[in-house]
Amino acid sequence: MTSGVDLGRPQTQSVGSDEDVVRVRQLVRTVAVAVRLSLVDQTKVVTAASELARNTLVYGGGGTVEVTAIDNGRRPGIRIVFADSGPGIADLDLALTDGYTTGGGLGLGLSGARRLVDEFDVQTAPGQGTRITITKWSR
Amino acid sequence: MALSADESGRLGELLTSRAELVTQRWTEIIAGQLRGRLSQAELVRQVQELHRALVDALSKGAVDLNAEDATELRAVLAEFSRGQARQGFSATETATGVFALKEALLSVLQADQDAGTLRDYVSFSALVDQMGLFTFETFVRTRESLIADQAEQLLELSTPVVKLWEGVVAVPLVGTLDSARAQVVMERLLQTLVDTGSPYAIIDITGVPAVDTQVAQHILKTVVAARLMGADCIISGIRPQIAQTIVALGIEFGDIATKASLADALRHVLRLTGVEASRRQSRREA
Repeated sequence: MTSGVDLGRPQTQSVGSDEDVVRVRQLVRTVAVAVRLSLVDQTKVVTAASELARNTLVYGGGGTVEVTAIDNGRRPGIRIVFADSGPGIADLDLALTDGYTTGGGLGLGLSGARRLVDEFDVQTAPGQGTRITITKWSR
Repeated sequence: MALSADESGRLGELLTSRAELVTQRWTEIIAGQLRGRLSQAELVRQVQELHRALVDALSKGAVDLNAEDATELRAVLAEFSRGQARQGFSATETATGVFALKEALLSVLQADQDAGTLRDYVSFSALVDQMGLFTFETFVRTRESLIADQAEQLLELSTPVVKLWEGVVAVPLVGTLDSARAQVVMERLLQTLVDTGSPYAIIDITGVPAVDTQVAQHILKTVVAARLMGADCIISGIRPQIAQTIVALGIEFGDIATKASLADALRHVLRLTGVEASRRQSRREA
């Protein structure tokens, strides 16, 4: 089902509702299949995207997700950027602690997503919103 | 923009006196566009019905589609576009089915070329535009109600609780487990446990494409609720990629029994209840 998705350019999906989280998952899966990630890696990156997109919705008050198929010359991969202009994360180390949550979840979304991908970068400050970039390379 | 009573009368007259030519041309244009996806007989019937309703409305003195005298015409148009929507025609195809009348009228009018005819044609066009837009609106409404019906049916379909064995019920989960569906699943499962008096429930997640922390939390809550009612839950359908993702995420299912397949889960429950499930080929005992 790669039809309708132009892989040469970044695909943007706004996140404003639970349905949008499902759309993000489908978009990420389409791109992950196109860059030939293994089934396990597809599942991992889709799950990570699901966690982070839900964080964007629940804690960031909605935002955008940008999915790009990339290539570093040796192997293809997928890069996903989650951006919101919400309250930001005051204590990133604490937020990345397993089991820490302010929202009644399991407290594993952010820390778990970090373990599911190859590269994980967070830019955030209180009042400045949050921008998380994750990358998964094909093996 | 309404027609004047005169224009309305002239259009009615034209449509009556040249009825055959207009409907024939009209049918041709639509047929060319649909390329045989609707039978000729059906198409002719539809066009004739629209033609008849239009002539009727005009003869009653309708000057506007919203007029009282055009009620019958609106009903016919609505029926036409509902039919098109159900049969899977696009909105453009449906609306142009009506707009084709303009071209048909033009080809009939082309014979005489005085300024009065041209002015008439412009006013007729306005009426046909109104009819087209009305068709379009009805089409969209029909589609929307179809989608709403399907969404409802899907929610019903996607959360069955089935009895697998005496005292064993199973919930095969398929698709996305959002909060609304998780709630429906939990309610149905707990109710079925009461209704059947089953001490065991199997939650099968073979059909769930990704298990993230929210899905896991919904499942865990359901298991805890079932336990409070005295029933044991087994989670089955954990595929290799899901297992690895769950480990990486750090989700712990604690002392909840998990199995790779629904068959394994059923065998596990039967062993617990002391039912012997005989196999043709007995496996080597450990």
